[in-house]
Amino acid sequence: MTDFLNDWGLTLVTFVPLVGALVMMAVPAAEERAIKQLALLSSLLAMVIGGLLLIDFDYGDAGALQFVVDARWIEVINSRYILGLDGISLPLLALTLVVVPLCVIYSWDHIPEPGNPKAFFILMLILETGMVGTFVAQDLILFFVFFEVVLLPMFFMIAVWGGENRRYASLKFFLFTLFGSALMLLSFLALFFLSTDPASGESLRTFDMRVLSDVAGAGILGSTQIWIFAGMFIGFGVKVPMFPFHTWLPDAHTEAPTVGSVILAAVLLKLGTYGFVRIAVPMLPDGAETWAPWIGLLAVIGIIYGALGCLAQTDMKRLIAFSSVAHMGFVMLGIATLTDFGINAAIFGMVAHGIITGMLFFVAGSVKERYHTLEIRRLGGLLVQAPRLGWILGLCSMASLGLPGLAGFWGEFPAILSAYSPAEGLPVETFRTYMVIAAVGTVLAAGYLLWLLQRTAMGKPSEEFADSDEIVDVTRTEWLAWTPLLVGIVLFGLLPGLIFDVTDPAVVGLLATGG
Amino acid sequence: MLAAAALAAKEIVAHGPSSVDSAGFFLDYAWLVPLLPALSFAAILAFGKRMRSKGAALGITAVASSFALSLGAAITWIGHRDDAHEGAAAVHRTVGWLRSGGITHDAGILVDGLSVMMLFVVTAVSLLVHVYSTDYVAGDARYTHFFAFLSLFTAAMLFFVLSDNLLQMIVGWELVGVCSFVLIGHWWEDRANSDAALKAFFTNRVGDVGLLVGVSILFFAAGRTFDTLTLSERINAGEVSHSALLAASLCLLAAVMSKSGQFILHTWLPDAMAGPTPVSALIHAATMVVAGIYMVARLYPVFWEGMSIGGSSINVLALVGAVTLLFGGLLAFTQNDIKKVLAYSTVSQLGYMVMALGVGAWTAAMFHLFTHAFFKACLFLGSGSVSHAVHSFDMKADMGGLRKAMPHTYRTFLVATVALMGLPPLAGFWSKDEILAGTGGWGLFGGTDANGSYILMLVMGMAGAAVTAAYMTRVVYLTFFGTYRGHGHPHESGPRILVPLYVLAVFAVGAGLFNMPKGFQFWPEAWQERFGHYVEPVAGYFPYIAHAKPSWSLAIASVLVALVGAGLAWRYYFRAVQARSPLTEIDDGPVSRGGMPRAVHTALVNKYYFDHLYTGVIVKAVKGPLARAVYWSNQRVIDGAVNEAGRRSVDAGRAVYDHIDQTLIDRVIVDGSGRASDGAGESLRGMQTGKVQQYAAILFAAATVLAGVFMLILSL
Repeated sequence: MTDFLNDWGLTLVTFVPLVGALVMMAVPAAEERAIKQLALLSSLLAMVIGGLLLIDFDYGDAGALQFVVDARWIEVINSRYILGLDGISLPLLALTLVVVPLCVIYSWDHIPEPGNPKAFFILMLILETGMVGTFVAQDLILFFVFFEVVLLPMFFMIAVWGGENRRYASLKFFLFTLFGSALMLLSFLALFFLSTDPASGESLRTFDMRVLSDVAGAGILGSTQIWIFAGMFIGFGVKVPMFPFHTWLPDAHTEAPTVGSVILAAVLLKLGTYGFVRIAVPMLPDGAETWAPWIGLLAVIGIIYGALGCLAQTDMKRLIAFSSVAHMGFVMLGIATLTDFGINAAIFGMVAHGIITGMLFFVAGSVKERYHTLEIRRLGGLLVQAPRLGWILGLCSMASLGLPGLAGFWGEFPAILSAYSPAEGLPVETFRTYMVIAAVGTVLAAGYLLWLLQRTAMGKPSEEFADSDEIVDVTRTEWLAWTPLLVGIVLFGLLPGLIFDVTDPAVVGLLATGG
Repeated sequence: MLAAAALAAKEIVAHGPSSVDSAGFFLDYAWLVPLLPALSFAAILAFGKRMRSKGAALGITAVASSFALSLGAAITWIGHRDDAHEGAAAVHRTVGWLRSGGITHDAGILVDGLSVMMLFVVTAVSLLVHVYSTDYVAGDARYTHFFAFLSLFTAAMLFFVLSDNLLQMIVGWELVGVCSFVLIGHWWEDRANSDAALKAFFTNRVGDVGLLVGVSILFFAAGRTFDTLTLSERINAGEVSHSALLAASLCLLAAVMSKSGQFILHTWLPDAMAGPTPVSALIHAATMVVAGIYMVARLYPVFWEGMSIGGSSINVLALVGAVTLLFGGLLAFTQNDIKKVLAYSTVSQLGYMVMALGVGAWTAAMFHLFTHAFFKACLFLGSGSVSHAVHSFDMKADMGGLRKAMPHTYRTFLVATVALMGLPPLAGFWSKDEILAGTGGWGLFGGTDANGSYILMLVMGMAGAAVTAAYMTRVVYLTFFGTYRGHGHPHESGPRILVPLYVLAVFAVGAGLFNMPKGFQFWPEAWQERFGHYVEPVAGYFPYIAHAKPSWSLAIASVLVALVGAGLAWRYYFRAVQARSPLTEIDDGPVSRGGMPRAVHTALVNKYYFDHLYTGVIVKAVKGPLARAVYWSNQRVIDGAVNEAGRRSVDAGRAVYDHIDQTLIDRVIVDGSGRASDGAGESLRGMQTGKVQQYAAILFAAATVLAGVFMLILSL
């Protein structure tokens, strides 16, 4: 069993959803029930395999890549099929494997207009393969392929099942990301050509991420590293999204169908930050050191800017979307410190944001379904009409504003803390200024989230909806889809070690080789 | 996930309970004290509605058990302290919590005299509040929910009190805050209530910026540790830089100002009266607001060194406290809502505690926290009893003459009032007098061996005593004397309300006995200063501080000052106003008549205009123009640029197509070689159709060109 997992586990967990999608293609579109069952089955199967991997994972050695597969792939460019799982990938892999089945469950009776569940679920599963693959790939080209696989299904999800302005939003999402990807690919190529073996001085010509992390940019001049890093900076930064490359995000979120938004917020945005942690920072330490103050600057601008943007919103979903800009700012601030503490916080922040904001989008979707509007001005009294839904919104808002005891805090505060003492070589005063600005951002976060809560959940229901019989409390499907996330919010909030203890050895190891 | 959970379990087993000698069940297992109410919170939420008592019985049982455990802890601690001659070591138990940067940060409990005292106060007041609420909140739509959060509130405060590290303190600190948010906003249907709840949360969030930054500074300054004991010991050993401590203590002070209602972040406290009265009692006596005081006391080395309290010069901590106690007290004069008067009174009394900590009178501050908890809880619950009868909190419009209709409420309220005024021999007198002595400003007849000579603090404290006595006299008159101005026939409350009142009144009378001054002739020597003996740590984690000598002359002087304040108010209300026997038109003294007094009065009515500044100016500006400007620039400037770039690329594509493709290539080259490229032309025409794939192709092509340039640069 263990041997089998060692050799095949990661491959299976990556491709099971894709196989499921292929099988579903053969099922006629009229067989809705069978399609849904197939989708659920494949995503659950992936989750079970993932669960087995998590059980079998050696936590005492979380810094090392485990279940490694290394096989021939594209020999002409020396790109290999390498997969591996360590403490940095593990929480994100788990997050993905949990979120997708929940989205399938939620979609069971929430297929957005214009219907066609077959296509919808197929896209979702392809998306899952792309996301999982990105988190476990250990070869740059393989990583790039998975990274790009994600793009198309999400594009179609928004373009077909989206809201009124879906064409503009989907196109914007697509072009922005593609633009970033192109620069990212360039940087990968540069790494391929320029990395040298520090011992022999020979050119490595490899895309193997393990090797590239180990040599840590050896042989590449500092000035060159700055350029290569810049390419990745834009590539990953667009995905995060970092200010000022963020404008695709509110549009994409606002227009996307509910589960599209959930997946986008929960997992897709993390591909960018993961790229920074896994690729940009360890492979180009000199470039990272030069850019770190600027990343930090954009991060804190994002925090304040995103929060102010939220305050100006009149639409609940758009507000939540904007809050992502602020939250990912904290993640980026943690990364920018280039310290173990900061990067741990960043990874925690990714998972926490994934769960919390994903949950908020679920709630927004359910509110929209009941009220047919998300205009904050017209809502109110949710706690009266659907008390449980209102309380869930309250809990998620509290988690989102970084309340200690809930998951959001552990991404936020340690990031602030780490900025007090950034890695050697970085300007201390600058980062301390960032620390204070970021801390002020937490006040603004409380502002927009509590005002949202006050205006939508508290008070009395507006006359318009007072007698609406469509407004029911949380349904059974919704409970099924949400409970795991809600449990996660509380559990990780109380026992942050569940994530920190796994990521820390990997992060410490990562920075040790880099320095 | 499963494996991660298993890992956590393994970790806990591996780490704890540390191989330390047992300190007895009640101290080793003090973590049960917060755990019980926390469990009851979950249970009430889950099953409360199905229970016969709607969850109240469960909550009361949990808190009563916690109280019993706290009592056990207190008794064990007393034995523990008596066994140790030099001072007892704190009981410290930890388990691994999280690992970051290769360091494991523990969670744990720190049990010493200070935390045991707090456990006792919190559970005692909470228990009484629970009992009281079964009557007071009866019939409320969210009765079960109310009890659930009462439990959580208690649990959060107890968790905070037992924290052995800064990280855990932040968690407890904020959980207390969020519970108060929920409870203040209990009747959220009304906008005013939810506004008050939000205001409380925001104001605290502002202070929390200081907390987050301050803790970050301490963490690194003390050599990467959150552990309070280690931190304190390193500070006392002089291993931590003074400037870092100064910065950290100033940051933490901001947090204290918001949590404990100190000037200038006090404005949320009176508004928090929007919550049900039992909640107000809990917030003001035992939980929320004393969290700030407790934090200063717990992290005293930080403040002691950071603010150079031993250095005898005026420091910010003492100044904030002094200003708050006086100006907060003055605000109480113009309030007609009985709870708001009490709220400002809390602000003022907390000012005493902060000032005491600022002048080095640590024990006096803690003792005042202890006595204040009982008489202030009694006053709040008493005001609740009154409002229960008259269905209003407005003293001028709906109260008066209630002493006949509500004799029990009247008696207990009066006792607590006298205690608050600081008249002997009630509890408030002893603790307040100790604070005044602790300022070291009283040089007459022998002087006091305090940590310095803070004359300004003494003067402000004295003035505050007069003010306190005066506004409380006003409250007693307006509520219980004169003629009844409300509607209906008010009647006395039931036993579930009166019993807690009497219990608290007994404490208001007797709590002072726990810390009779040293050398007090009328009290056996073995029973003197017991509170200080058991509560104040004598260990490496606490700074060495001097203890002021009590002074008869100071005690007499402070009593006289309080009597003058009470007497002036008595003369005005009980004589002048009574003689006019007005119904609703009661003037608040000669101050509202004109000129300078009038200006002062207006300033007080407007609460020194802080609310106007915060809500009307700052919040409004951020929410309105600033947020809108940012969003406008987002849509117009950044997004405008993006859209413009998109439009330009399409134009460029078109230009390429029109001029180069159609003109140059097609006409000159292709046409020249015959009309062979029809197919190719067709495919390029697609550029104008706006299909996504084509845009993508253009962009990709552009990126490829860029790539070429990039590679060129790299190869140079």
